[in-house]
Amino acid sequence: MNYNWNWGILLQPEPGGTGTYLHYLIVGLGWTLLTALSAWVIALAIGAVVGTLRTTPHKWVVRLGNAYVELFRNVPLIVQMFLWFFVIPELLPKGLGDWIKQMPPPWSQFLPAVMCLGLFTSVRVAEQVKAGIQSLSRGQGMAGTALGLTLAQSYRYALLPQAFRIVLPPLTSEFMNVIKNSSVALTIGLLELTGRARAMQEFSFKVFEAFAAATVIYLLTNLVVVLAMRALERKVRVPGLISASASAGGH
Amino acid sequence: MIENFDFDVIQRSWVYLFKDGMSFTLTLTALAMLGGIFFGTLLAMARLSSIKPLAWLAGGYVNLMRSLPLVLVIFWFFFLVPYLYGALMGAGKPLPIGAFYSALITFTMFEAAYYCEIMRAGIQSIPRGQVWAGYALGLNYWLTMGKIVLPQAFRNMLPVLLTQTIILFQDTSLVYVISATDFFGAAAKVANRDYRLVEMYTFAAVVYFVISFGLSSLVKNLQTRIAIIR
Repeated sequence: MNYNWNWGILLQPEPGGTGTYLHYLIVGLGWTLLTALSAWVIALAIGAVVGTLRTTPHKWVVRLGNAYVELFRNVPLIVQMFLWFFVIPELLPKGLGDWIKQMPPPWSQFLPAVMCLGLFTSVRVAEQVKAGIQSLSRGQGMAGTALGLTLAQSYRYALLPQAFRIVLPPLTSEFMNVIKNSSVALTIGLLELTGRARAMQEFSFKVFEAFAAATVIYLLTNLVVVLAMRALERKVRVPGLISASASAGGH
Repeated sequence: MIENFDFDVIQRSWVYLFKDGMSFTLTLTALAMLGGIFFGTLLAMARLSSIKPLAWLAGGYVNLMRSLPLVLVIFWFFFLVPYLYGALMGAGKPLPIGAFYSALITFTMFEAAYYCEIMRAGIQSIPRGQVWAGYALGLNYWLTMGKIVLPQAFRNMLPVLLTQTIILFQDTSLVYVISATDFFGAAAKVANRDYRLVEMYTFAAVVYFVISFGLSSLVKNLQTRIAIIR
Protein backbone atom coordinates (compact mmCIF):
# COMPACT_ATOMS: atom_id res chain seq x y z
CA MET A 1 0.00 0.00 0.00
CA ASN A 2 2.09 2.91 -1.22
CA TYR A 3 -0.52 5.63 -1.22
CA ASN A 4 0.57 9.17 -0.46
CA TRP A 5 -1.87 10.50 2.07
CA ASN A 6 -2.40 14.23 2.00
CA TRP A 7 -5.09 15.35 4.39
CA GLY A 8 -4.09 18.97 3.77
CA ILE A 9 -6.04 18.69 0.49
CA LEU A 10 -9.24 19.30 2.45
CA LEU A 11 -8.10 22.84 3.22
CA GLN A 12 -6.99 23.62 -0.32
CA PRO A 13 -9.33 25.58 -2.63
CA GLU A 14 -11.51 23.58 -5.02
CA PRO A 15 -11.35 24.51 -8.73
CA GLY A 16 -14.88 25.98 -8.76
CA GLY A 17 -13.61 28.81 -6.57
CA THR A 18 -16.28 28.50 -3.87
CA GLY A 19 -13.80 27.80 -1.05
CA THR A 20 -11.90 24.85 0.33
CA TYR A 21 -12.66 21.22 -0.49
CA LEU A 22 -13.96 20.77 3.04
CA HIS A 23 -16.40 23.62 2.51
CA TYR A 24 -17.35 22.07 -0.82
CA LEU A 25 -18.22 18.79 0.92
CA ILE A 26 -20.15 20.51 3.72
CA VAL A 27 -22.29 22.32 1.13
CA GLY A 28 -22.85 18.84 -0.34
CA LEU A 29 -24.12 17.69 3.05
CA GLY A 30 -26.50 20.67 2.96
CA TRP A 31 -27.92 19.43 -0.37
CA THR A 32 -28.13 15.88 0.97
CA LEU A 33 -30.12 17.06 3.98
CA LEU A 34 -32.32 19.44 1.97
CA THR A 35 -33.13 16.66 -0.52
CA ALA A 36 -33.75 14.11 2.23
CA LEU A 37 -35.93 16.41 4.34
CA SER A 38 -38.05 17.56 1.39
CA ALA A 39 -38.51 13.96 0.27
CA TRP A 40 -39.31 12.98 3.86
CA VAL A 41 -42.19 15.49 4.02
CA ILE A 42 -43.71 13.99 0.85
CA ALA A 43 -43.07 10.44 2.08
CA LEU A 44 -44.74 11.06 5.45
CA ALA A 45 -47.78 12.75 3.93
CA ILE A 46 -48.44 10.12 1.24
CA GLY A 47 -47.26 7.19 3.36
CA ALA A 48 -49.58 8.06 6.24
CA VAL A 49 -52.58 8.30 3.92
CA VAL A 50 -51.81 5.16 1.89
CA GLY A 51 -50.90 3.15 4.98
CA THR A 52 -54.14 4.14 6.69
CA LEU A 53 -56.26 3.41 3.62
CA ARG A 54 -54.77 -0.10 3.39
CA THR A 55 -56.24 -0.98 6.79
CA THR A 56 -59.79 0.17 6.00
CA PRO A 57 -62.56 -2.38 5.33
CA HIS A 58 -63.05 -1.07 1.76
CA LYS A 59 -61.74 -3.83 -0.50
CA TRP A 60 -61.04 -1.69 -3.55
CA VAL A 61 -59.28 1.01 -1.60
CA VAL A 62 -57.02 -1.65 -0.06
CA ARG A 63 -56.28 -3.14 -3.50
CA LEU A 64 -55.44 0.28 -4.90
CA GLY A 65 -53.13 0.96 -1.96
CA ASN A 66 -51.43 -2.42 -2.40
CA ALA A 67 -50.92 -1.75 -6.11
CA TYR A 68 -49.31 1.61 -5.30
CA VAL A 69 -46.94 -0.05 -2.83
CA GLU A 70 -45.98 -2.88 -5.19
CA LEU A 71 -45.37 -0.44 -8.04
CA PHE A 72 -42.79 1.62 -6.17
CA ARG A 73 -41.25 -1.26 -4.27
CA ASN A 74 -40.37 -3.45 -7.22
CA VAL A 75 -38.47 -0.97 -9.38
CA PRO A 76 -34.87 -0.09 -8.42
CA LEU A 77 -34.33 3.41 -7.08
CA ILE A 78 -31.89 4.44 -9.81
CA VAL A 79 -34.41 3.38 -12.49
CA GLN A 80 -37.11 5.46 -10.77
CA MET A 81 -34.65 8.36 -10.58
CA PHE A 82 -34.06 8.17 -14.35
CA LEU A 83 -37.81 7.92 -14.98
CA TRP A 84 -38.42 11.12 -13.01
CA PHE A 85 -35.53 12.95 -14.64
CA PHE A 86 -35.66 11.80 -18.26
CA VAL A 87 -39.08 10.28 -18.86
CA ILE A 88 -41.73 12.15 -16.81
CA PRO A 89 -40.91 15.61 -18.26
CA GLU A 90 -41.46 14.13 -21.75
CA LEU A 91 -44.85 12.69 -20.78
CA LEU A 92 -46.12 15.90 -19.17
CA PRO A 93 -47.86 18.61 -21.24
CA LYS A 94 -45.15 20.25 -23.32
CA GLY A 95 -45.15 23.61 -21.53
CA LEU A 96 -44.80 22.08 -18.06
CA GLY A 97 -42.18 19.56 -19.20
CA ASP A 98 -40.05 22.27 -20.78
CA TRP A 99 -40.39 24.45 -17.68
CA ILE A 100 -38.99 21.63 -15.53
CA LYS A 101 -36.16 20.89 -17.94
CA GLN A 102 -35.20 24.56 -18.19
CA MET A 103 -34.98 25.29 -14.47
CA PRO A 104 -31.53 26.58 -13.42
CA PRO A 105 -29.03 23.74 -12.69
CA PRO A 106 -29.35 22.44 -9.16
CA TRP A 107 -33.16 22.79 -9.19
CA SER A 108 -33.77 20.88 -12.43
CA GLN A 109 -32.11 17.89 -10.71
CA PHE A 110 -33.36 18.67 -7.22
CA LEU A 111 -37.07 18.55 -8.09
CA PRO A 112 -37.04 15.12 -9.80
CA ALA A 113 -34.76 13.76 -7.06
CA VAL A 114 -37.13 14.92 -4.32
CA MET A 115 -40.20 13.56 -6.10
CA CYS A 116 -38.46 10.23 -6.72
CA LEU A 117 -37.16 9.79 -3.18
CA GLY A 118 -40.44 11.05 -1.70
CA LEU A 119 -42.60 8.51 -3.50
CA PHE A 120 -40.03 5.72 -3.15
CA THR A 121 -39.94 6.27 0.62
CA SER A 122 -43.69 6.80 0.92
CA VAL A 123 -44.36 3.10 0.30
CA ARG A 124 -41.98 2.16 3.11
CA VAL A 125 -43.71 4.64 5.42
CA ALA A 126 -47.06 3.21 4.28
CA GLU A 127 -45.89 -0.30 5.26
CA GLN A 128 -44.85 0.91 8.71
CA VAL A 129 -48.06 2.86 9.29
CA LYS A 130 -50.15 -0.13 8.20
CA ALA A 131 -48.17 -2.41 10.53
CA GLY A 132 -48.59 0.12 13.34
CA ILE A 133 -52.38 0.27 12.94
CA GLN A 134 -52.64 -3.52 12.66
CA SER A 135 -50.56 -3.93 15.82
CA LEU A 136 -53.33 -2.24 17.83
CA SER A 137 -55.78 -4.63 19.40
CA ARG A 138 -58.95 -5.10 17.34
CA GLY A 139 -60.99 -4.01 20.34
CA GLN A 140 -59.84 -0.42 19.85
CA GLY A 141 -61.68 -0.05 16.56
CA MET A 142 -64.65 -2.05 17.83
CA ALA A 143 -64.91 0.15 20.91
CA GLY A 144 -65.02 3.14 18.59
CA THR A 145 -67.86 1.59 16.63
CA ALA A 146 -69.68 0.65 19.86
CA LEU A 147 -69.43 4.25 21.02
CA GLY A 148 -71.20 5.31 17.83
CA LEU A 149 -68.16 6.79 16.11
CA THR A 150 -68.05 6.66 12.33
CA LEU A 151 -65.15 4.83 10.68
CA ALA A 152 -63.37 8.14 10.05
CA GLN A 153 -63.91 9.23 13.65
CA SER A 154 -62.55 6.04 15.17
CA TYR A 155 -59.45 6.38 12.98
CA ARG A 156 -59.12 10.03 13.93
CA TYR A 157 -59.65 9.69 17.68
CA ALA A 158 -58.73 6.10 18.57
CA LEU A 159 -56.47 4.36 16.06
CA LEU A 160 -54.22 6.94 14.42
CA PRO A 161 -53.07 8.80 17.55
CA GLN A 162 -51.80 5.51 18.98
CA ALA A 163 -50.43 4.15 15.71
CA PHE A 164 -48.35 7.23 14.93
CA ARG A 165 -46.66 7.05 18.30
CA ILE A 166 -45.95 3.35 17.84
CA VAL A 167 -44.41 3.68 14.35
CA LEU A 168 -41.98 6.43 15.30
CA PRO A 169 -38.98 4.14 16.07
CA PRO A 170 -39.18 2.22 12.75
CA LEU A 171 -39.62 5.56 10.96
CA THR A 172 -36.24 6.67 12.34
CA SER A 173 -34.49 4.01 10.31
CA GLU A 174 -36.55 4.98 7.26
CA PHE A 175 -35.39 8.58 7.66
CA MET A 176 -31.78 7.38 7.75
CA ASN A 177 -32.54 5.43 4.58
CA VAL A 178 -33.71 8.61 2.81
CA ILE A 179 -30.46 10.34 3.74
CA LYS A 180 -28.46 7.41 2.37
CA ASN A 181 -30.68 6.94 -0.69
CA SER A 182 -30.36 10.61 -1.64
CA SER A 183 -26.85 9.72 -2.84
CA VAL A 184 -28.46 8.02 -5.85
CA ALA A 185 -29.39 11.53 -7.03
CA LEU A 186 -25.77 11.97 -8.11
CA THR A 187 -26.63 9.81 -11.14
CA ILE A 188 -28.84 12.61 -12.49
CA GLY A 189 -26.21 15.22 -11.65
CA LEU A 190 -27.27 16.53 -8.25
CA LEU A 191 -24.07 17.41 -6.40
CA GLU A 192 -24.94 16.15 -2.95
CA LEU A 193 -22.38 14.77 -0.51
CA THR A 194 -21.39 11.56 -2.35
CA GLY A 195 -21.50 13.36 -5.69
CA ARG A 196 -19.17 16.05 -4.37
CA ALA A 197 -16.79 13.49 -2.88
CA ARG A 198 -16.67 11.86 -6.33
CA ALA A 199 -16.10 15.26 -7.97
CA MET A 200 -13.37 16.09 -5.46
CA GLN A 201 -11.68 12.78 -6.28
CA GLU A 202 -11.76 13.67 -9.98
CA PHE A 203 -10.40 17.20 -9.47
CA SER A 204 -7.69 16.40 -6.93
CA PHE A 205 -6.90 12.69 -7.58
CA LYS A 206 -7.03 12.28 -3.79
CA VAL A 207 -9.35 9.27 -3.86
CA PHE A 208 -9.25 8.06 -0.30
CA GLU A 209 -9.15 11.46 1.42
CA ALA A 210 -12.28 12.46 -0.49
CA PHE A 211 -14.23 9.28 0.33
CA ALA A 212 -12.94 9.12 3.91
CA ALA A 213 -14.10 12.70 4.51
CA ALA A 214 -17.55 11.87 3.08
CA THR A 215 -17.68 8.70 5.20
CA VAL A 216 -16.95 10.64 8.38
CA ILE A 217 -19.57 13.27 7.52
CA TYR A 218 -22.19 10.55 6.91
CA LEU A 219 -21.34 8.85 10.20
CA LEU A 220 -21.62 12.11 12.15
CA THR A 221 -24.94 12.87 10.46
CA ASN A 222 -26.25 9.44 11.41
CA LEU A 223 -25.15 9.96 14.98
CA VAL A 224 -27.00 13.28 15.22
CA VAL A 225 -30.17 11.80 13.69
CA VAL A 226 -30.08 8.80 16.03
CA LEU A 227 -29.63 10.96 19.13
CA ALA A 228 -32.34 13.43 18.09
CA MET A 229 -34.82 10.67 17.28
CA ARG A 230 -34.07 8.85 20.52
CA ALA A 231 -34.99 12.00 22.45
CA LEU A 232 -38.19 12.34 20.41
CA GLU A 233 -39.04 8.67 20.91
CA ARG A 234 -38.74 9.03 24.69
CA LYS A 235 -41.15 11.91 24.50
CA VAL A 236 -43.90 10.24 22.48
CA ARG A 237 -43.57 6.67 23.80
CA VAL A 238 -46.94 5.13 24.65
CA PRO A 239 -46.88 4.40 28.40
CA GLY A 240 -47.35 0.71 29.18
CA LEU A 241 -46.19 -0.70 25.84
CA ILE A 242 -42.87 -2.54 25.65
CA SER A 243 -41.97 -0.78 22.38
CA ALA A 244 -42.94 -1.36 18.80
CA SER A 245 -40.71 -3.79 17.00
CA ALA A 246 -39.03 -2.50 13.88
CA SER A 247 -38.76 -4.75 10.87
CA ALA A 248 -35.21 -5.25 9.64
CA GLY A 249 -33.95 -5.28 6.08
CA GLY A 250 -33.97 -2.86 3.19
CA HIS A 251 -31.72 0.13 2.59
CA MET B 1 -47.17 10.02 -26.30
CA ILE B 2 -47.76 6.30 -26.76
CA GLU B 3 -48.10 6.76 -30.53
CA ASN B 4 -44.54 8.12 -30.56
CA PHE B 5 -43.26 5.18 -28.54
CA ASP B 6 -40.57 3.44 -30.58
CA PHE B 7 -40.94 -0.27 -29.86
CA ASP B 8 -38.43 -0.98 -32.58
CA VAL B 9 -35.46 0.08 -30.42
CA ILE B 10 -36.35 -2.63 -27.90
CA GLN B 11 -36.67 -5.20 -30.64
CA ARG B 12 -33.27 -4.19 -31.97
CA SER B 13 -31.53 -4.31 -28.62
CA TRP B 14 -33.18 -6.97 -26.50
CA VAL B 15 -30.62 -9.66 -27.29
CA TYR B 16 -27.85 -7.34 -26.07
CA LEU B 17 -29.88 -6.25 -23.04
CA PHE B 18 -30.51 -9.78 -21.83
CA LYS B 19 -27.44 -11.66 -23.08
CA ASP B 20 -24.89 -9.09 -21.89
CA GLY B 21 -26.83 -7.05 -19.34
CA MET B 22 -29.21 -9.39 -17.57
CA SER B 23 -26.68 -12.22 -17.36
CA PHE B 24 -24.27 -9.79 -15.61
CA THR B 25 -27.04 -8.72 -13.21
CA LEU B 26 -28.16 -12.27 -12.41
CA THR B 27 -24.62 -13.66 -12.02
CA LEU B 28 -23.70 -10.75 -9.76
CA THR B 29 -26.88 -11.20 -7.70
CA ALA B 30 -26.43 -14.95 -7.28
CA LEU B 31 -22.74 -14.85 -6.36
CA ALA B 32 -23.14 -11.82 -4.06
CA MET B 33 -26.04 -13.59 -2.36
CA LEU B 34 -23.98 -16.74 -1.71
CA GLY B 35 -20.94 -14.75 -0.58
CA GLY B 36 -23.06 -12.33 1.43
CA ILE B 37 -24.92 -15.09 3.28
CA PHE B 38 -21.64 -16.94 3.95
CA PHE B 39 -19.83 -13.90 5.38
CA GLY B 40 -23.04 -12.60 6.95
CA THR B 41 -23.45 -15.85 8.89
CA LEU B 42 -19.83 -15.70 10.07
CA LEU B 43 -20.35 -12.05 11.08
CA ALA B 44 -23.52 -12.97 12.97
CA MET B 45 -21.67 -15.72 14.84
CA ALA B 46 -18.89 -13.24 15.63
CA ARG B 47 -21.40 -10.64 16.85
CA LEU B 48 -22.95 -13.21 19.19
CA SER B 49 -19.56 -14.54 20.27
CA SER B 50 -18.56 -14.49 23.93
CA ILE B 51 -15.11 -13.22 22.84
CA LYS B 52 -15.82 -9.53 23.35
CA PRO B 53 -13.25 -7.96 20.95
CA LEU B 54 -14.51 -10.22 18.15
CA ALA B 55 -18.11 -9.19 18.86
CA TRP B 56 -17.17 -5.48 18.87
CA LEU B 57 -15.20 -5.80 15.64
CA ALA B 58 -18.07 -7.52 13.84
CA GLY B 59 -20.60 -5.08 15.32
CA GLY B 60 -18.48 -2.12 14.24
CA TYR B 61 -18.18 -3.44 10.69
CA VAL B 62 -21.92 -4.10 10.39
CA ASN B 63 -22.88 -0.71 11.77
CA LEU B 64 -20.38 1.05 9.54
CA MET B 65 -21.73 -0.61 6.40
CA ARG B 66 -25.32 0.04 7.43
CA SER B 67 -24.64 3.74 8.02
CA LEU B 68 -23.15 4.43 4.59
CA PRO B 69 -24.93 4.89 1.25
CA LEU B 70 -24.36 1.97 -1.12
CA VAL B 71 -23.18 4.37 -3.84
CA LEU B 72 -20.36 5.60 -1.59
CA VAL B 73 -19.40 2.02 -0.69
CA ILE B 74 -19.31 1.13 -4.41
CA PHE B 75 -16.90 4.01 -5.02
CA TRP B 76 -14.77 3.00 -2.00
CA PHE B 77 -14.29 -0.57 -3.17
CA PHE B 78 -13.92 0.44 -6.81
CA PHE B 79 -10.79 2.41 -5.91
CA LEU B 80 -9.63 0.39 -2.90
CA VAL B 81 -9.70 -3.14 -4.34
CA PRO B 82 -7.10 -2.50 -7.09
CA TYR B 83 -4.74 -1.15 -4.39
CA LEU B 84 -5.25 -4.18 -2.18
CA TYR B 85 -4.94 -6.53 -5.15
CA GLY B 86 -1.72 -4.81 -6.23
CA ALA B 87 -0.31 -5.08 -2.73
CA LEU B 88 -1.37 -8.73 -2.51
CA MET B 89 0.35 -9.57 -5.79
CA GLY B 90 3.43 -7.62 -4.72
CA ALA B 91 3.17 -5.46 -7.83
CA GLY B 92 3.83 -2.26 -5.90
CA LYS B 93 1.10 -0.50 -7.86
CA PRO B 94 -2.68 -0.80 -8.15
CA LEU B 95 -3.75 -3.60 -10.49
CA PRO B 96 -7.06 -3.31 -12.40
CA ILE B 97 -9.51 -6.15 -11.67
CA GLY B 98 -12.45 -5.10 -13.82
CA ALA B 99 -15.94 -3.84 -13.05
CA PHE B 100 -17.48 -7.27 -12.45
CA TYR B 101 -15.08 -8.42 -9.73
CA SER B 102 -15.08 -4.98 -8.16
CA ALA B 103 -18.88 -5.05 -8.03
CA LEU B 104 -18.90 -8.63 -6.77
CA ILE B 105 -16.57 -7.82 -3.86
CA THR B 106 -18.54 -4.64 -3.07
CA PHE B 107 -21.93 -6.33 -2.97
CA THR B 108 -20.64 -9.36 -1.08
CA MET B 109 -19.08 -7.21 1.63
CA PHE B 110 -21.96 -4.70 1.75
CA GLU B 111 -24.79 -7.23 1.77
CA ALA B 112 -22.94 -9.37 4.34
CA ALA B 113 -23.77 -6.65 6.88
CA TYR B 114 -27.49 -6.88 6.07
CA TYR B 115 -27.52 -10.70 5.91
CA CYS B 116 -25.65 -10.67 9.22
CA GLU B 117 -28.50 -8.88 10.96
CA ILE B 118 -31.01 -11.36 9.51
CA MET B 119 -28.93 -14.37 10.57
CA ARG B 120 -28.38 -12.86 14.00
CA ALA B 121 -32.15 -12.63 14.47
CA GLY B 122 -32.43 -16.21 13.19
CA ILE B 123 -29.81 -17.56 15.59
CA GLN B 124 -31.34 -15.65 18.49
CA SER B 125 -34.75 -17.15 17.71
CA ILE B 126 -33.42 -20.66 18.56
CA PRO B 127 -34.05 -21.63 22.21
CA ARG B 128 -30.89 -21.71 24.35
CA GLY B 129 -31.66 -25.26 25.43
CA GLN B 130 -30.76 -26.45 21.91
CA VAL B 131 -27.20 -25.16 22.36
CA TRP B 132 -26.94 -26.68 25.83
CA ALA B 133 -28.23 -29.99 24.46
CA GLY B 134 -25.50 -29.88 21.82
CA TYR B 135 -22.79 -29.26 24.40
CA ALA B 136 -24.26 -31.94 26.67
CA LEU B 137 -23.93 -34.42 23.79
CA GLY B 138 -20.24 -33.54 23.59
CA LEU B 139 -20.39 -31.46 20.39
CA ASN B 140 -18.02 -28.51 20.16
CA TYR B 141 -19.00 -24.96 19.12
CA TRP B 142 -18.68 -25.50 15.36
CA LEU B 143 -20.59 -28.78 15.39
CA THR B 144 -23.35 -27.33 17.59
CA MET B 145 -23.67 -24.37 15.24
CA GLY B 146 -23.36 -26.36 12.03
CA LYS B 147 -25.57 -29.32 12.94
CA ILE B 148 -28.16 -27.81 15.29
CA VAL B 149 -28.46 -24.02 15.38
CA LEU B 150 -27.72 -22.82 11.84
CA PRO B 151 -29.97 -25.29 9.95
CA GLN B 152 -32.94 -24.17 12.05
CA ALA B 153 -31.95 -20.50 11.81
CA PHE B 154 -31.71 -20.76 8.02
CA ARG B 155 -35.11 -22.34 7.72
CA ASN B 156 -36.77 -19.78 9.97
CA MET B 157 -35.13 -16.89 8.15
CA LEU B 158 -35.42 -18.23 4.58
CA PRO B 159 -38.19 -15.81 3.49
CA VAL B 160 -36.34 -12.82 4.95
CA LEU B 161 -33.05 -13.89 3.34
CA LEU B 162 -34.80 -14.21 -0.02
CA THR B 163 -36.52 -10.83 0.37
CA GLN B 164 -33.13 -9.29 1.05
CA THR B 165 -31.87 -11.00 -2.12
CA ILE B 166 -34.63 -9.30 -4.13
CA ILE B 167 -33.42 -5.98 -2.69
CA LEU B 168 -29.89 -7.00 -3.69
CA PHE B 169 -31.11 -7.78 -7.21
CA GLN B 170 -32.54 -4.25 -7.46
CA ASP B 171 -29.47 -2.67 -5.88
CA THR B 172 -27.10 -4.20 -8.43
CA SER B 173 -28.46 -1.59 -10.87
CA LEU B 174 -26.30 0.95 -8.96
CA VAL B 175 -23.18 -0.46 -10.65
CA TYR B 176 -24.20 2.14 -13.24
CA VAL B 177 -22.01 4.58 -11.25
CA ILE B 178 -18.86 2.61 -12.15
CA SER B 179 -20.04 2.24 -15.77
CA ALA B 180 -20.50 -1.52 -15.56
CA THR B 181 -22.81 -3.07 -18.16
CA ASP B 182 -25.48 -4.70 -16.05
CA PHE B 183 -29.07 -4.80 -17.35
CA PHE B 184 -29.68 -1.15 -16.47
CA GLY B 185 -26.23 -0.10 -17.68
CA ALA B 186 -26.92 -1.81 -21.01
CA ALA B 187 -30.32 -0.11 -21.26
CA ALA B 188 -28.69 3.27 -20.51
CA LYS B 189 -26.05 2.68 -23.18
CA VAL B 190 -28.66 1.85 -25.83
CA ALA B 191 -30.78 4.80 -24.66
CA ASN B 192 -27.92 7.24 -25.17
CA ARG B 193 -26.66 5.68 -28.39
CA ASP B 194 -30.06 5.74 -30.14
CA TYR B 195 -31.43 8.71 -28.17
CA ARG B 196 -34.40 6.61 -27.02
CA LEU B 197 -34.41 7.57 -23.32
CA VAL B 198 -38.16 7.28 -22.73
CA GLU B 199 -38.47 3.85 -24.36
CA MET B 200 -35.39 2.26 -22.80
CA TYR B 201 -35.87 3.50 -19.23
CA THR B 202 -39.55 2.58 -19.27
CA PHE B 203 -38.68 -0.86 -20.63
CA ALA B 204 -36.00 -1.33 -17.94
CA ALA B 205 -38.50 -0.36 -15.24
CA VAL B 206 -41.07 -2.85 -16.58
CA VAL B 207 -38.53 -5.68 -16.69
CA TYR B 208 -37.30 -5.00 -13.14
CA PHE B 209 -40.88 -4.76 -11.93
CA VAL B 210 -41.93 -8.06 -13.49
CA ILE B 211 -38.92 -9.95 -12.09
CA SER B 212 -39.04 -8.42 -8.59
CA PHE B 213 -42.80 -8.73 -8.31
CA GLY B 214 -42.69 -12.32 -9.53
CA LEU B 215 -39.95 -13.26 -7.09
CA SER B 216 -41.61 -11.57 -4.12
CA SER B 217 -44.87 -13.40 -4.91
CA LEU B 218 -42.91 -16.66 -4.83
CA VAL B 219 -41.36 -15.69 -1.49
CA LYS B 220 -44.81 -14.89 -0.08
CA ASN B 221 -45.98 -18.30 -1.26
CA LEU B 222 -43.00 -19.98 0.37
CA GLN B 223 -43.61 -18.08 3.59
CA THR B 224 -47.13 -19.49 3.97
CA ARG B 225 -45.87 -23.01 3.18
CA ILE B 226 -43.11 -22.79 5.78
CA ALA B 227 -45.59 -21.39 8.28
CA ILE B 228 -47.81 -24.47 7.85
CA ILE B 229 -44.91 -26.91 8.34
CA ARG B 230 -44.02 -25.35 11.71
